[in-house]
Amino acid sequence: MASMTMIEAIREAHDVAMAADDRVVVFGEDVGFFGGVFRCTAGLQQKYGKSRCFDTPINESGIVGTAIGMAAYGLKPVIEIQFADYVYPAYDQIVSEAARLRHRSNADFTCPLVIRMPTGGGIFGGQTHSQSPEALFTHVSGLKVVVPSNPRDAKGLLLAAIEDPDPVIFLEPKRLYNGPFDGYHDRPVTSWKKHPMGEVPEGHEIVPLGKASITREGADVTVLAYGTMVYVAEAAAEATGVDAEVIDLRTLLPLDLDTITASVEKTGRCVIVHEATRTSGFGAELMSLVQENCFYHLEAPMIRVTGWDTPYPHAQEWEYFPGPDRVGEALKKVMEG
Amino acid sequence: MSEDFPPLSLNVPEPGCRPGVTPDFSDFEIPHAGAVKRPPVNVDPDTIREMAFSIVRVLNKDGEAVGDWAGEQSADELREGLRHMLTLRTFDARMLNAQRQGKTSFYMQHLGEEAVSCAFSKALKPGDMNFPTYRQAGLLIAGGYPMLTMMNQIYSNADDPLHGRQLPIMYSSKEHGFFSISGNLGTQFVQSVGWAMASAISGDTKIASGWIGDGSTAESDFHSAMVFASTYDAPVVLNIVNNQWAISTFQGIARGGVGTFAARGHGFGIASIRVDGNDYLAVHSVAKWACERARRGHGPTLIEHVTYRAGGHSTSDDPAAYRSRREAAAWPLGDPIERLKTHLITIGEWSDERHTQAEAEILDEIVRTQKQAEAIGTLGDGNAPSPRDMFEGVYETMPPHLIRQRQEAGY
Repeated sequence: MASMTMIEAIREAHDVAMAADDRVVVFGEDVGFFGGVFRCTAGLQQKYGKSRCFDTPINESGIVGTAIGMAAYGLKPVIEIQFADYVYPAYDQIVSEAARLRHRSNADFTCPLVIRMPTGGGIFGGQTHSQSPEALFTHVSGLKVVVPSNPRDAKGLLLAAIEDPDPVIFLEPKRLYNGPFDGYHDRPVTSWKKHPMGEVPEGHEIVPLGKASITREGADVTVLAYGTMVYVAEAAAEATGVDAEVIDLRTLLPLDLDTITASVEKTGRCVIVHEATRTSGFGAELMSLVQENCFYHLEAPMIRVTGWDTPYPHAQEWEYFPGPDRVGEALKKVMEG
Repeated sequence: MSEDFPPLSLNVPEPGCRPGVTPDFSDFEIPHAGAVKRPPVNVDPDTIREMAFSIVRVLNKDGEAVGDWAGEQSADELREGLRHMLTLRTFDARMLNAQRQGKTSFYMQHLGEEAVSCAFSKALKPGDMNFPTYRQAGLLIAGGYPMLTMMNQIYSNADDPLHGRQLPIMYSSKEHGFFSISGNLGTQFVQSVGWAMASAISGDTKIASGWIGDGSTAESDFHSAMVFASTYDAPVVLNIVNNQWAISTFQGIARGGVGTFAARGHGFGIASIRVDGNDYLAVHSVAKWACERARRGHGPTLIEHVTYRAGGHSTSDDPAAYRSRREAAAWPLGDPIERLKTHLITIGEWSDERHTQAEAEILDEIVRTQKQAEAIGTLGDGNAPSPRDMFEGVYETMPPHLIRQRQEAGY
């Protein structure tokens, strides 16, 4: 075991994968010599050479499009979009090409590809450095969508994504890069060094895709969360005294429905939390699935705590970000229902 | 409004030849066959800039092959090329008719553009990969892909290699160097660059070939492809098939009034050539030059194939609504099949009789194959792919939610 930040864990996952398989190539804007604007690829070019890790032109469609061609050739590209907010120019390549290639060619061609992108707010990133676009990917058949919440999972999930035969959207909550964050923005930041999930196994260890993790066991209410919201939900449970069971979904697509239904059947209540905007957000899918699968166990209407249906603001960061107070109110309200 | 500045007005380019107008290509500059010199494959792109404004042509009006770009193929190879083009044209006519008879939902023909993909195919080596659009089936025909399989795909029957998932003509064959066709325009152009980069990363000797139409050069992925090909000196041949039309939109809407499509390569430092797309010998010779250039590590080449879309855009299109019916006949570069036929006759390697006989043989073979395909099934009639199959292959392993949906659908 080694103590790592999420950045170091992600860098380490690249290193392990590149050492194990020559076909793994890493590229994106500022990813090569400089090692990435968040340092997630630091040292990889120096260690593996410029043909394995390199800088690209500022062209997201080109980054994803060339990666699809490489994957079709037989390489395993692990590419970076500098911010999830900037993935949209590549949306056609992701949705129309990467996601569909296996199906439309009857596996004549496949697309083993990982598209990493820092996501989420809570960092005064304003409109274009804070978005959580996961629902734009979970709606696309053929993609897998992963959101780690800690260094250990980040490494294991990224290694699993790299080894996965299908295209994986890998969303990294940048607010969690250096330490866990529970939404109490007025308190000092904490580091991963003091968190058990900051202890990361060295070498090769997989965290399987499609499996959720229960980060806090509880009997009163099930909280479905991922990314930064896992810590917000845990903090809200502590603050309110509601015995919430917090599920870190980890993979949104394919979803671990069994873990969700087992929990809701136990608690009879469900609160769904995400940073992304509410309308047609991934929470709507979660709510539908729980309704379909756990209707007779539900003792109260489900509640979603999400970002508002507005562009992500700058000055109003903490009025937008679903913090522990808002989540706590939902926990109390669902217990009254 | 200041008197110094008269009101601005928007320029919206118009084609010269709307319905009812007499076609006029007098402004279309056609250099003589043999006029464009053949540079060495390691040429500095900057020194051949004029090639993006001229047209490489081999066959002159008398049917002779002249100049530096001539003499690449034997008479046998040229006869084979003629057979491929005739096959593609006949295949198109039969499939167009099959669509009219309701045996399939859709078809797109290559009428007038047969030389481009048929001749290009012969410049590639096994293992190279094309990233075609929906109008390069000549790559398959000339590459030996079974016509029966093409028809099965068009009919979406039980032997369709794509199991009925794809619209007709969106073929895929890794084995034949033909990347899965997508309906989304321009996407493959940049993927071809990535495939070529992968070959270079792997120290391979394979090359990629990207394809795009004149209209789709306006897509942002055209630019992406050019940037990446230029930056990484990727071993790729980037082909623009300028057939003058993007459905109803003439090429001036994509290109504007000045320059050429090939000239767009100049801004990226990419070697850029225009070729007579209806001259089988010229297309092949330029393709061979560009492929060798890529294979020897001299970088990418942009080729603009100047041709004319003689048929409708698709079976859902009526070109008489937006262009003169007489335009195809007036097209100054003629018909690729007629021109190669004339050449072979001129050099004493073909005759009208042999041509008529070849046409009959090809038609027989296609009709026979069509009967075989139709015996398996046509769209909505006969053996169809299993509905269960639409759930397969979304992922390598079917995830739980798709298993549930498959069961819900009753399969």
